[in-house]
Amino acid sequence: MSSLSRTRGSRGGLGSAFLGKMLSMAVAMSLVGCSLGAIAVSKGIPLWLVTLMAALVFAGGSEFMAVGLISAGAAPITAVVGGLMLNARHFPFGLAIGDVLGRGLLARLLGSHIMVDEAVAFALAEQDPQRRRRAYWIAGLTVYGVWAPSVLLGGLLGQRVGDPAALGLDAALPAALLALVMPSLRDRPTLRAVVVGAAVAVVATPLLPEGLPVVAALIGVAAAVPTPKSKSAAAGTAGTPEAGTPERGNA
Amino acid sequence: MTVGVVLMLAAGTYALRVAGPLLRDRVRLSERWQRLLSIAAITLLGAFVVTSALFESGGFAGWARVAGVAVGGVLAWRRAPFVVVVLAAAATTAGLRVLLPG
Repeated sequence: MSSLSRTRGSRGGLGSAFLGKMLSMAVAMSLVGCSLGAIAVSKGIPLWLVTLMAALVFAGGSEFMAVGLISAGAAPITAVVGGLMLNARHFPFGLAIGDVLGRGLLARLLGSHIMVDEAVAFALAEQDPQRRRRAYWIAGLTVYGVWAPSVLLGGLLGQRVGDPAALGLDAALPAALLALVMPSLRDRPTLRAVVVGAAVAVVATPLLPEGLPVVAALIGVAAAVPTPKSKSAAAGTAGTPEAGTPERGNA
Repeated sequence: MTVGVVLMLAAGTYALRVAGPLLRDRVRLSERWQRLLSIAAITLLGAFVVTSALFESGGFAGWARVAGVAVGGVLAWRRAPFVVVVLAAAATTAGLRVLLPG
């Protein structure tokens, strides 16, 4: 970790502010992981199985969902389909930040597995491509390194882990993601897309299965069109000439 | 819960994740499309934030969580440090749950 602070200021280096964010995110994630392990054990799910799930699935929301549905007596296929719907947003994530992972096939195959919301948000908070790549990998590997061990620890400690609801952790994670996307919201077209998209997701929540309302939010991207000019200083070049507005929003 | 559920969920999730980076390589995206895709990713994250602030398993999550995320959002907008945003959000929600139980 000390090599990170040494490269501060250099091209591609991420400063101590980044490290601070990373550490607070890691602490929050580990508390959430502990609570998942404790809940799973209390529902009679074997600890090795929920730890395996944490390492192999590595998408917190769908893991909580699977534990909740299965222990409530739902059919296994319901837990699988529900979890996959919740994780459907990762496909457009991959289209958006696929180049951030790295050029080689191995980098893309490994980098895809650590594609969690937090890693995507940390990457998109950076402008320079090299910083984006480092932010993605550091955030993704940190959260991955913390997640499964925390689930295991939580299961071992059992019910002695504090109730995550009493600690307000269910508000901490959305707030942390919000803080990460906030700089991007200062760009007007992006803000329009997010406001419209979030409204669509809220309206769709009672109507669609869990997870899909977030994907329906892609309709909001239409509100970002036309995009007058690229805000990205790192991109350097002007956008291609207006060749008709792309049709979006049939998500 | 069985190993089968875990393996199917893991395989499906990985497929959703790896499809984007692999497909993306086959098409040359213009600046404009890259920009739209970035906006799409931010929109997904934003919608995820709003829905996870408001809802729990399809139902209303309660005012304590909403207020906590809102306090965090205002602080983030005012460029407060990240740790402050996260702690203030959790503390607000935890505090409201003590004050207004149930």
